[in-house]
Amino acid sequence: MKLYFKYMSILLKSQMQYRASFWLLSIGQFFVPFSVFAGLYFLFERFGSIRGWSFFEVALCFGVINMAFSITECFVRGFDIFSNLVVSGDFDRVLLRPRSTFIQVLGSQFEFTRLGRLLQGVIVLVWAAVNLSIRWTVFKIITLILMIISGIFIFTGIFVLAATLCFWTIQGIEVANIFTYGGKEISQYPLNIYKKWITRFFTFIIPFGCVNYLPLMYLLDRTQYNYHFYMLTPLIGILFIIPCLGVWEMGVKHYRSTGS
Amino acid sequence: MKAYFSVFKLRLIYGLQYRAAALAGVATQFFWGIMHIMIYEAFYANAASAPPMSLKQVIIYIWLQQSFLVFVALWIRDNEIINLITSGNIAYELCRPCSIYGFWFAKLIAQRLSGAMLRCLPLLIAAFLIPEPYKMALPGSLAAFLLFTVSLFLGLMVLVSISMLIYISMFITILPVGSMVVFSSIGELFSGMIIPIPFMPSWLQKIAYFLPFRLAVDMPFRIYTGHIPVSQALQGVLIQLIWLGVLILTGYASMKKVQKRVIVQGG
Repeated sequence: MKLYFKYMSILLKSQMQYRASFWLLSIGQFFVPFSVFAGLYFLFERFGSIRGWSFFEVALCFGVINMAFSITECFVRGFDIFSNLVVSGDFDRVLLRPRSTFIQVLGSQFEFTRLGRLLQGVIVLVWAAVNLSIRWTVFKIITLILMIISGIFIFTGIFVLAATLCFWTIQGIEVANIFTYGGKEISQYPLNIYKKWITRFFTFIIPFGCVNYLPLMYLLDRTQYNYHFYMLTPLIGILFIIPCLGVWEMGVKHYRSTGS
Repeated sequence: MKAYFSVFKLRLIYGLQYRAAALAGVATQFFWGIMHIMIYEAFYANAASAPPMSLKQVIIYIWLQQSFLVFVALWIRDNEIINLITSGNIAYELCRPCSIYGFWFAKLIAQRLSGAMLRCLPLLIAAFLIPEPYKMALPGSLAAFLLFTVSLFLGLMVLVSISMLIYISMFITILPVGSMVVFSSIGELFSGMIIPIPFMPSWLQKIAYFLPFRLAVDMPFRIYTGHIPVSQALQGVLIQLIWLGVLILTGYASMKKVQKRVIVQGG
């Protein structure tokens, strides 16, 4: 863990060398989801609601998912661009060091400019939370925080899985984007607006439903019974990381160097 | 002219090499299309007032957008050109006995064409084969289809001439990415990539119609769906030609100007 923070501080220093570029990129990242959010806003202005969800309810969802995704992109960037390590054969060096491969790859790259995007997520979230008539209790705040944490774990899991695939394919594959970026896009809306098979896939295979739909019902007091269960659903999402790490270890064993 | 044409041809062949990547792209974009259609379907299910486009028109719009994504996406940037400018290797480009503007223009168009050629056909076939609510449909009339093709290609040229202006501005700023990200996300909104322009509030529509971005995305796709009637489409093509002329002339002139003051640092 100490090693991880060491990696982080070194990379932060190196990225801060180009200060103007760093800040410009952060500001740019702040604006990227802005136009997507504007599109969402205009659609609600036109249609009023989507399957019974109001604008601010969906905005809450949007904020949570975007916060989780930007944090993941910032800290798990190493897995996102992992194919570079495999293609160049640099992964050999990682294997030689007496530390866990996971920490090393995790620490190999950070994308701090994504924090601009995080700020945008926070603003949307706060705006939605203020405008929704939710009676905030301690439990609800805990649930909200758990939702974000759970989202981070799920996205991390997907990035790790996508990186693991590189052991077999060598190249990074674009299909993995369906689950990373596609997962983000899809879970910006409450999952029950989609067809059943999509909802099921993104609840039981990749547990996004545990981040945005089930706990959201609890936050908005829409649950009929057993509401403590809804509060704990984000924890199930966190468990998603365990099989992913297992697959990663398997992949590492399978690794064959591409040579230099 | 012949030189530009061979640049174009070379780039086209080069781009067509990446077939596996293109196939993966098709799968991703197919998923994207289905997802967006479902979102609109859910919105339409309990629409309070009559929406400005029919659901079928929106579905066609989405499929066209996904099929021709490489044609119409403003955020695609050519890292080779960026590297040339930031690293100073631009010196080699300046030595070539043809204008940089024409050279890059041909290169960028060929890149987008080859990218789209590989992707659009399989995606369109898939979109025509899937069951009804999501199915892609034929254009309303032959005239609409012809006008769609013409305006799609003109739109591509408008888009490339806009991105040429961005590259030229990099000669002065050298800071490529930050400003480009902001610019392209705003351009994306006004081009109708995020939502079709009729869905925007009227004050924003006015701005969007005034800017050239929509000529590349929103206009050709809506001509195909028949949402823009043929008579208006002809007018639109004329507007495209005017914008294209203005953009290319501005780009050409500013490229000349910028080239005069380019300083190549050795190394």
